[in-house]
Amino acid sequence: MPQIAGAPEQQPSPGYQLRVVQEVLLALLAGEASHGYQLRARLQVALGPLAEVLNPGHVYVTLTRLEKAGLVRAERVGQADRPDRKVYELTADGLDRVDEWLRDTSWPKPAPAEFHMKLVAAAAAGLGDPVRIVDAQRHALLAGLAQAQRTALAEPEGSVAGLLLEGVVLRLQADLRWLEACAQYWTSMKGKMR
Amino acid sequence: MTTGSLSYVGPVLRARGLEKHYGHGGGAVRALQAVDLEVATGETVAVMGPSGCGKSTLLHLLGGLEQPSAGEVWLAGTRIDGLGEKALAQLRRHALGFVFQAFHLMDELTAVENVELPALLAGRPPRTARLRAEELLDQVGLIERSQHLPSALSGGERQRVAIARALSNDPSVVLADEPTGNLDSAATRDVLRLLDRLRVAGQTLVVITHDARIAATADRLVSMRDGAFVEETRLTHGTTGPLGALAGLEH
Repeated sequence: MPQIAGAPEQQPSPGYQLRVVQEVLLALLAGEASHGYQLRARLQVALGPLAEVLNPGHVYVTLTRLEKAGLVRAERVGQADRPDRKVYELTADGLDRVDEWLRDTSWPKPAPAEFHMKLVAAAAAGLGDPVRIVDAQRHALLAGLAQAQRTALAEPEGSVAGLLLEGVVLRLQADLRWLEACAQYWTSMKGKMR
Repeated sequence: MTTGSLSYVGPVLRARGLEKHYGHGGGAVRALQAVDLEVATGETVAVMGPSGCGKSTLLHLLGGLEQPSAGEVWLAGTRIDGLGEKALAQLRRHALGFVFQAFHLMDELTAVENVELPALLAGRPPRTARLRAEELLDQVGLIERSQHLPSALSGGERQRVAIARALSNDPSVVLADEPTGNLDSAATRDVLRLLDRLRVAGQTLVVITHDARIAATADRLVSMRDGAFVEETRLTHGTTGPLGALAGLEH
């Protein structure tokens, strides 16, 4: 789930996408000009099993958008036995955008405030037992942890995608530790309210 | 132990209406209240809950280490609550494997001698017991440590020896109580890899743990509060699911 409190589903689309797919593609092009399929292959190496959930068409759609915005330049390259292919190259504006992205320290994260307010409101209104809400949330996160951990264990030693999965595991552990603190607090409040 | 367990099909471990009270009258503590649990053959179940929620008591009752105040415990088709001490000892030796937080290895025995001990006590021929012990030490990645005394092993290595020992008699069920409670994060990682392999290999296992990563190795997770089950979740679904969102990908 995107947020710890389980944000409502956004409009459905086939597969997942990187939040900053434009910047990621631009950054991948900063090293060398590439075909769309080369970019997809590099995403697949970096994301490992997570690349399977990506919408494959999104790379091409995004490249077209970037071209229109003047951030990349496309050149048609003829092939003997197949239709022409486009090779994409970063423009000066595109490079500026990459620099900006690399320096940006904003950190997308599940904000605890929403879940916290859920517990406060549930307790105040007598709508539900906050401890039970915490238990349900904990199980949802543990199911995610189980999936991330199994996927990580299946990765070969030294896999770069394994590093990403380790990040998922560590963040879930931190969230679970906070839920533990929530459970303790609301358990102690129950004792006081009796 | 009564026989008939070989032909038994169904949950290998079953608890019904389990209760455990300590003390009497107004000061009585109800450690466990009306707990029902079924564990299928080959299933791994993790039990989580705060200190004092009754999870250790549950494990003790399941393993015949304590008697319930009410309710039934069935292991491979045999009702084990109410069995005499001798029958219970026999049962623990043949059908159960235990893993404890504090390892409980014999200090004066080498790793391989610790692992083969349950098989020897159960009357297996020494040669068979030794070969099986070596095979198990190999599986837990400690074959080159087989002649070491526990004092020469790290905490993580000791626990892996203890897990190998728990498997020595090919038990129907392994019961583990906080297996990583005394371990650092690197050793915990080794144990969780091992537990994941046991799950894949189809070893029936009930593990009590505070550690989210250990709990996440199980097929099923149960949470306890105040002596009762409050939440239950199957952790092995398909391979797709929330992982993309957890990694920060968007729909």
